[in-house]
Amino acid sequence: MKPTGLEVLLPWEPLWPLIAVFAGVLLVYLRGLWRRRRPGDLPGAAAFLTGLAGMYVVMQTRFDYYAQYMFFVHRFQHLVLHHAGPFLVALSMPSAVLAAGAPNALKKVCRRVAALAVFRWGYRLLQQPVIAGLLFVGLIYFWLLPAVHFDAMLSARNYWIMNLSMAADGLLFWWFMFDPRPPGATPVTRSVGLRILVLWAVMPPQIALGAWIALSDEVIFDVYAVCGRAWPLSPIVDQQIGGLITWIPAAMMSVLATLVLLRLYFRQARGQASGSPRTTTKVTG
Amino acid sequence: MKYQHGPLAALFCALVLAACSGPAELNGHDITGVMPALQYELINEQDRTVEAGAHAGTIRLMFFGYTHCPDICPITLGRIKAALSAFPPEERSAFRVLFVSVDPQRDTPERLREYTAYFGEQVIGMTGSQAQLQALSRRYRVTYGYGEKNESGFYEVSHSGGVFVFDREGRARLLFNQSIGPQAMAHDLRTLL
Repeated sequence: MKPTGLEVLLPWEPLWPLIAVFAGVLLVYLRGLWRRRRPGDLPGAAAFLTGLAGMYVVMQTRFDYYAQYMFFVHRFQHLVLHHAGPFLVALSMPSAVLAAGAPNALKKVCRRVAALAVFRWGYRLLQQPVIAGLLFVGLIYFWLLPAVHFDAMLSARNYWIMNLSMAADGLLFWWFMFDPRPPGATPVTRSVGLRILVLWAVMPPQIALGAWIALSDEVIFDVYAVCGRAWPLSPIVDQQIGGLITWIPAAMMSVLATLVLLRLYFRQARGQASGSPRTTTKVTG
Repeated sequence: MKYQHGPLAALFCALVLAACSGPAELNGHDITGVMPALQYELINEQDRTVEAGAHAGTIRLMFFGYTHCPDICPITLGRIKAALSAFPPEERSAFRVLFVSVDPQRDTPERLREYTAYFGEQVIGMTGSQAQLQALSRRYRVTYGYGEKNESGFYEVSHSGGVFVFDREGRARLLFNQSIGPQAMAHDLRTLL
């Protein structure tokens, strides 16, 4: 089913509420950039827009078709949804720009939701370091349980629950990692050292899972044989490439994030040494 | 202290028992409510347009493939034939096997007719235009693709290896993968009679 021309850019399975959310976030962000007009926002904007575009492309263009019918493309889709896309979005620290661009009514709704006890406690629970780490790795494992994976690829509803849960958890996890505020500034802002510990804790299970998939002699995920592949490719080769994607780039993200966090640590330490009001809280990392 | 978890243990046991005493174990995947009801518009072996209503009231096994397939298609159709042979003729007549060729360029109605004849009178060959085949494959979340032609003009076709089973009302009920044997298949099909 080769796409023709513009079909490449069209969603394979349009999810209109999701498209509306992406459009809304993009508009608010661009409005924020325009209203602030600060050259310093540009590197962050490049990261934010790249991350946002990546997440959109893997879910709402023809790419999604290939992700549904090739295991390795599916693994790449999740690499973008759970790792690279949210990584770039969180790295851009977009809160200030989004706040500048959001209409007052939206800000009011966000403040109300944020003030709800259930939201506050839920968020605090999900951003607890052990839970955040377990959830990050647990979701990858859960959706790759062969029986769960089978049902997720077969049912349109489960497929979108899978993808959206990966995207939401990715945003939560990398937001937790790249929170620029000094440790203790909020109940969910942890020391850089603790964050690095979580980053390194999530690495071995991903390596183990990726290696198991890549080195397996048997086809583990038979749903791609049941549903057919986008083009004739040996099932075992498809699985090996998918395993490598789960193994190497996913784990490398932890190394990359460690470098980002070390930079944040040194900035915080420098700020503390110079008595900057932004970093008056003790850095414990 | 020793018995403080007693009620919890009892609840756990009750849940385990409840989980174990469900309906008869199926060998295939239960897709009731997951996949939509049978619906298609294709070309049959007589080169006529045919819709799902044509075989209403029968239990239908739908399989996507192509007649030049070197392995999956003949093996699967052979397995279905063996499974159906486990039923006496009066019960077997309740089944129809819809073999949907996703290679309309090579699989003419005539060729389909010759091919399906090898696998029993229950097997009905169908194909269609790319638009018809794509509509059907999207409906059941399957796909197909064509490989490059070799020097002799032969090309491989990647296609679904699953067998979708619809009950007499046309509701999607079961999905068999490649690992299921004829006996296990017959066991599941009997539940739909």
